[in-house]
Amino acid sequence: MQPIIKVDNLSYYYDSFPSLDHISFSVEKGDFLGIIGPNGAGKTTLFQCILGIVNNFSGEISLFGSNIKQNKKSLQRIGYVPQKKSVEQTFPATVSEIVSLGVIGRDIKRESIDNAIEFVELGEYRNKRIGELSEGQQQRVIIAKALVKQPELLILDEPTTGIDSVTQDKFYDLLTRLNKEKGITVVWSSHDMNAVEKLASKVACIDRKLFFHGESEDFFGNEERMKSYVEFAMQSHMNLHFGKSKNGHDNKENKNDGNVV
Amino acid sequence: MMEMLFDLFQYGFMQRALISAIAIAVICSIVGLFLVLKRHSLFGDALAHVAFGGISLGLFTGIYPLWTAYIVAILSAVGVNKLRESTKIPPDSSIAVLLTSGLAIGVILISISGGFTLNLFSFLFGNILLVTVDDVIIILITDAIVIPVIYVLYKKLVLIIFDENQAKVSGLNVSWINTLFIVLASITIIASIRLVGVLLISSLIVIPNITALMFGKGFKKTMFISCAISVFSVVFGIILSYYSNLAPSGTIVLTMISMFLVTIIAKNLKVRYNKITVTK
Repeated sequence: MQPIIKVDNLSYYYDSFPSLDHISFSVEKGDFLGIIGPNGAGKTTLFQCILGIVNNFSGEISLFGSNIKQNKKSLQRIGYVPQKKSVEQTFPATVSEIVSLGVIGRDIKRESIDNAIEFVELGEYRNKRIGELSEGQQQRVIIAKALVKQPELLILDEPTTGIDSVTQDKFYDLLTRLNKEKGITVVWSSHDMNAVEKLASKVACIDRKLFFHGESEDFFGNEERMKSYVEFAMQSHMNLHFGKSKNGHDNKENKNDGNVV
Repeated sequence: MMEMLFDLFQYGFMQRALISAIAIAVICSIVGLFLVLKRHSLFGDALAHVAFGGISLGLFTGIYPLWTAYIVAILSAVGVNKLRESTKIPPDSSIAVLLTSGLAIGVILISISGGFTLNLFSFLFGNILLVTVDDVIIILITDAIVIPVIYVLYKKLVLIIFDENQAKVSGLNVSWINTLFIVLASITIIASIRLVGVLLISSLIVIPNITALMFGKGFKKTMFISCAISVFSVVFGIILSYYSNLAPSGTIVLTMISMFLVTIIAKNLKVRYNKITVTK
C-alpha cells in the first residue's frame, strides 16, 4: 500500500543554515505519528514543506502518491491545524462561519458544519464569535474546520502550546477519537513527550536532521536511545550556533526503518 | 418636514447625489471590512493620495483626471502589494511608502502646472452635489463589478484574513486573490473620491466598519450593519449639508463619527448595566 506521506531526502535552507537536513520518512494510513523536537528543530518548516506552503526545498515529498510541488489537489484530503495563535476578540466570525471555511469551492450542508462542531463539543458556542472563546476552545474550532471536509489526514502543529493541562487532556482525547473512531491518520508535532508517549503509535524525532523514526515503544522504551537523542539535539544546536555552514552538513544517508538514523 | 424632503428629491442633482452616495457607501463598507480586518485601514487613505497624484497627472496632461487616477492607483497598489510580498516590508510601512509617493508626484505636477485649480479642490474635498450622469454611471458600474466579485470570493477572502497559511493549504492562490482584492479596493476608492474627496476617503472605509464591529455579531451581519450605518450617514449627511449649507463631505463624515461615538457610549452603558445586574 502506498504511504500517505512520503518524504524523501528533504532539505531546506534558511539563509545559509539548514532548517531541514536530508530528512526521509513515510506515514502509513492509520498512523498516529508524533513528531518531537526542541524549539527551532524545523517541525513547523517540515509541515510547511509537506503542505506546499514552502516550495523552495530540495528532495521530494509525495502526498497520497502525488508530488506536492506538481499537484496540490491532494491538499483537499488534508485537514491542517496550525500552531496556536490567539484570535482577536473583535474578529467578526462566529464558530459556524469559521467551520464553514473548511470547505472552499463547493457547497457545504448546514448539517455537516453542525456535526463537526458537535464532535469537538462546542455545540452551545456555534453562534459565538471565535474571539470570545478560550484558546483551547479556539483550537477545537480549528479542528472542527479541518474535520468538516472529512479529511483522511490531519496535520497538527504544536496545537496545545500554552493551553492548560485540563484542556490539553480533552484535546488529546479528541485526537485519539479521530484516529480510532474516524480512522483519520494523524501527524502531530509537540513538545510534550509524555503526551506523545501516551498517544502516538509512531514517533519521529527531529532536530533539523531526523534522529529516529519508528514505533513509539521502540523509542520511549529504550533509555539509551532517548539519552542519545538528547545528546544529538544538543550537538545539533552547537553546530548551528557555531556556524556549521550550508555545505558543512553531514551527508549520511537517512535509512530510518524504525532505527536511529 | 416630509414635504420638504419630497421637494428635495425632485431635484436632478439631488437624485444623482443620493444614488451615487448610496452606491459608494455600500461598496466602501464591504471592501472596508476586509481592509480593516487585514489591518490595512489606512490603505484607502494611501490609495487616495496616490489617486491625487493620478488626478494631478490627468489635469496636467488634459486627460479626464479620474481615468489617470484609476490607472495610477491600480498600478501603484499592485506594485506595493508585490513589494510587500517579496520583501516582507511591514504592511503599515508599505502603506506609508504608497501614501507619500502619490502625494509627492501630485505636488510636483501641481507646481509644474502653476498651482491649485478649482477642479483639483473638488477632488481633494469632494462634492457629491456636483456629480454628473457620467459619474453616476461610473459609480454604478464599479458597484456592478465589486459586489459580485466579492460575493464570489467571500469565503476565500475571509479565510485569507483569518489565516493565510490555512488558505494556502486549502489550495487557494492567495497571492492572486490578494492582488485581485487590491484592484477592487483601488477602483472602489477612486470611484468614492467624488463623495468625500481624497482627504476624507478613509473615513468611509474605516468608521462604519469599526462601529459595526462593536455590535459583536458574525461576519455577514457585521457587513450588513456597516452598510446600514454607511448608507444612513451619507443620506443624512447630504440632506443636512443641503439645508445647513455646509460641505457634504464634512457632514457625512461627522454623521459617521457621531454614530461611532453613540455606539461606544451605548456599549459602555450596557457593560455597566450588566455589571450592576450581576452584582445585585
